Amino acid sequence: MKALRNFFEKTKPHVQKGAKYHWLHSTHDAFFTLAFVQKNTSKSGTHVHDYIDLKRTMGIVVLALVPALLMGMYNIGYQHFGALGQLETAAFFDRFLFGLWKVLPVIIVSYGVGLGIEFIFAQFRGHEVNEGFLVSGMLIPLIMPINTPLWMIGVATAFAVIFGKEVFGGTGMNIWNPALVARAFVFFAYPAQMSGDSVWISASGVEKMADGFTGATPMAEAVLGNTDLNVWNAFVGLIPGSIGETSTLAILIGAAILIVTGIGNWKIMLSTVLGGLFMGILLNIFAVNAYMAMPFWEHLIIGGFAFGAVFMATDPVSAAQTDRGKWIYGFLIGVLAILIRVLNPAYPEGMMLAILLMNTFAPLIDHYVVQGNIKRRLKRVQQSA
Amino acid sequence: MSKHFKLKRGFNIRLKGAAEAVLEDAPAPKSVALKPTDFPGLTPKLSVKADAQVKAGDALFFDKYNPEILFTSPVSGTVQAVNRGERRKILEIVVEPDGKNEHCEFTKADPSKLSREEVRDQLLKSGLWPFLKQRPYGILAQPSAVPNNIVISAFDSAPLAADSDFLFSKEKSALQTGIDAVKKLTDGKVYLGLSPKQSSGVFASLKNVEPNTFEGPHPAGNAGIQISKICPIGKSDIIWTLSPQALVFIGRLFETGKLNLSKTIAVAGSEIKAPKYYKTIHGTVLAGLLKDKTKGEVHERIISGNVLTGTKVDTDGYLGYFDQQITVIPEGDDYEFMGWAAPGVDKFSASKAFFSKLFPKKEYVLNANLHGGERAFVLSGQYEKFLPMDILPVHLLKSILVNDIDKMEQLGIYELVEEDLALCEYACTSKIKVQEILREGINSMIKELG
Repeated sequence: MKALRNFFEKTKPHVQKGAKYHWLHSTHDAFFTLAFVQKNTSKSGTHVHDYIDLKRTMGIVVLALVPALLMGMYNIGYQHFGALGQLETAAFFDRFLFGLWKVLPVIIVSYGVGLGIEFIFAQFRGHEVNEGFLVSGMLIPLIMPINTPLWMIGVATAFAVIFGKEVFGGTGMNIWNPALVARAFVFFAYPAQMSGDSVWISASGVEKMADGFTGATPMAEAVLGNTDLNVWNAFVGLIPGSIGETSTLAILIGAAILIVTGIGNWKIMLSTVLGGLFMGILLNIFAVNAYMAMPFWEHLIIGGFAFGAVFMATDPVSAAQTDRGKWIYGFLIGVLAILIRVLNPAYPEGMMLAILLMNTFAPLIDHYVVQGNIKRRLKRVQQSA
Repeated sequence: MSKHFKLKRGFNIRLKGAAEAVLEDAPAPKSVALKPTDFPGLTPKLSVKADAQVKAGDALFFDKYNPEILFTSPVSGTVQAVNRGERRKILEIVVEPDGKNEHCEFTKADPSKLSREEVRDQLLKSGLWPFLKQRPYGILAQPSAVPNNIVISAFDSAPLAADSDFLFSKEKSALQTGIDAVKKLTDGKVYLGLSPKQSSGVFASLKNVEPNTFEGPHPAGNAGIQISKICPIGKSDIIWTLSPQALVFIGRLFETGKLNLSKTIAVAGSEIKAPKYYKTIHGTVLAGLLKDKTKGEVHERIISGNVLTGTKVDTDGYLGYFDQQITVIPEGDDYEFMGWAAPGVDKFSASKAFFSKLFPKKEYVLNANLHGGERAFVLSGQYEKFLPMDILPVHLLKSILVNDIDKMEQLGIYELVEEDLALCEYACTSKIKVQEILREGINSMIKELG
């Protein structure tokens, strides 16, 4: 520890302004602060500060994502060997290692590209590197189909970091969830590669799929009217889908971590689920096709609904900021996600669009909540006068 | 009628080192000082030069824009020095006591029989006027103004704060006389905010006041929080606040005709060997008082006041004008390897993200480290938990950052002073300097609206 600290302290003067390696300043600072909480003490204002900081906050979110990540890795192997018809011969670890082998490069590309750009922006702005991308960098792989080419992930990440975040001024200033910007980017920029049933299963080079294996996600099946869902598989996460979104169980573990630590907002999670259920029931009542008639609660365990509700809608920067606003914001995400999902066959996954849309409207919702606060406060002063 | 307010929002920082209910005499101070920096927005003009002889009650300086507001010497002695900082800003006016205890003579009278002007002039002349704070903005009370109401919080809910009932149990008559005096200054009411523990005791027995009880965690004892519940401040309202200590000083002045600024303070904090109470004098130097009382194990930070709103002072610094306690905590200027990732059993936090949450009764040592880098606003809904008012703190702070006067006004800047948002600053994940931003906002309000 001491040697590491000495290294950082000794190299610090060389990255200061005017020194030879100044261009490494943000990088040095990022790694130094990651390894050591700095010795800076309060100069003005309160003398004591809470131990919580953005590193711990983001660290806990990443921790909460780990179950979904591990389950996703396993599922990729499961789907792969399933497609090959070799599910019986591949042991648990074979499946998992196959998934690990497939997912690791995606994570490396996402973090590498994203953090690289963050470091450069921090350097030019003279800021510290912000922790926000620690989470975005993990979210991006988890919401991509496994067969997304690595270069596409790189381009999408770069697009998301630059146009989803840095042009607005960095973490805290962005309007949309950066990870969803990346997802939307690949969705709209490469529709040919990003649609159809083949992107969900890592089975390249496979001559012939096992009999009866289509690789279609439950939602794609449902659009075709095939709503015969294996509920247990969908809940545990043994269905085709984006890497981290399939296992509702793993996502629930993540949700528990976020709620217990108070890092994720339970109001948004709950209201999103309520919104989804509400719309699902409404569709059930007015059902004219098989998808609309699908039991309303099944929407919660297929597609990206659970993942979006727990990890995407709750992004504190792009969500509504006020308490009442959060209820409205979450509820509308739930409603819109199911509405788009069921009634617009062109976009089988409504969650991404619903969240991005509500990200856009969050400031408007907040505006009305704040106006309400102003009116209430004015009235109170008048009453007491 | 007396009302009971139960406040849910707020937070008690469970610090180690609360003062035990034991009173000791502090050694006679080698010097005392007044610090103009204790008053936001004050421009001091000196009335004395170094080496001048003063009596207790002689003016040391006055407010340039309200020359009738005097700041007077707590003791008789020699003006030792006028310490200045950058751009010759006056920091301290130091008086060396001569031990003779000579006093200026003021009127000795029952204030309830005096007129408003007589009471006011006596307070101005004696130098007790600056104890009155004016809301909005938390500035010096304007002598020409008549406040709608006067609000006194009888208890301090800040971390390791002195227990008012212990401090003032023997000052009942001075407290009552003080209340009778300030009652003259308003056409409205004098409100007294009590904690549930004070339902009996010296404060509960005071007359001529409108008592209310405030139950809940800090900041329940802040006058600003109490005002928001009993008489919310609008644009043209004026409320004055003062501390129980100020009441005692005012009471003594009218009872004896002399300025007697001896007071009891708590010396507390994890780095104090035996935290307890000391009898000393207003503006005392801390050197003698703290001698041999700190542990000296780590680099220490001495704070005049509490850990949320106090001022960092050196060992040879002075007790602040409004401060009733000295807190000594570790400075914490050390690196910590992967500190942000540790489980945090020993890390007290207002969040739920540390394992210390499992020990809801334990008291902790907190140091002055920032525990993280400064960031933009990222989280939402965090500040609201620490402010028991119907105010959206982040929206207000953002309106200050873009200097939007209308929005500041609408979002409630009239109701707040720094201490009310201090807990938000403590708990902030992004380490934002909340109190500094609020004061900037208040300064632009004053500049804009006068």
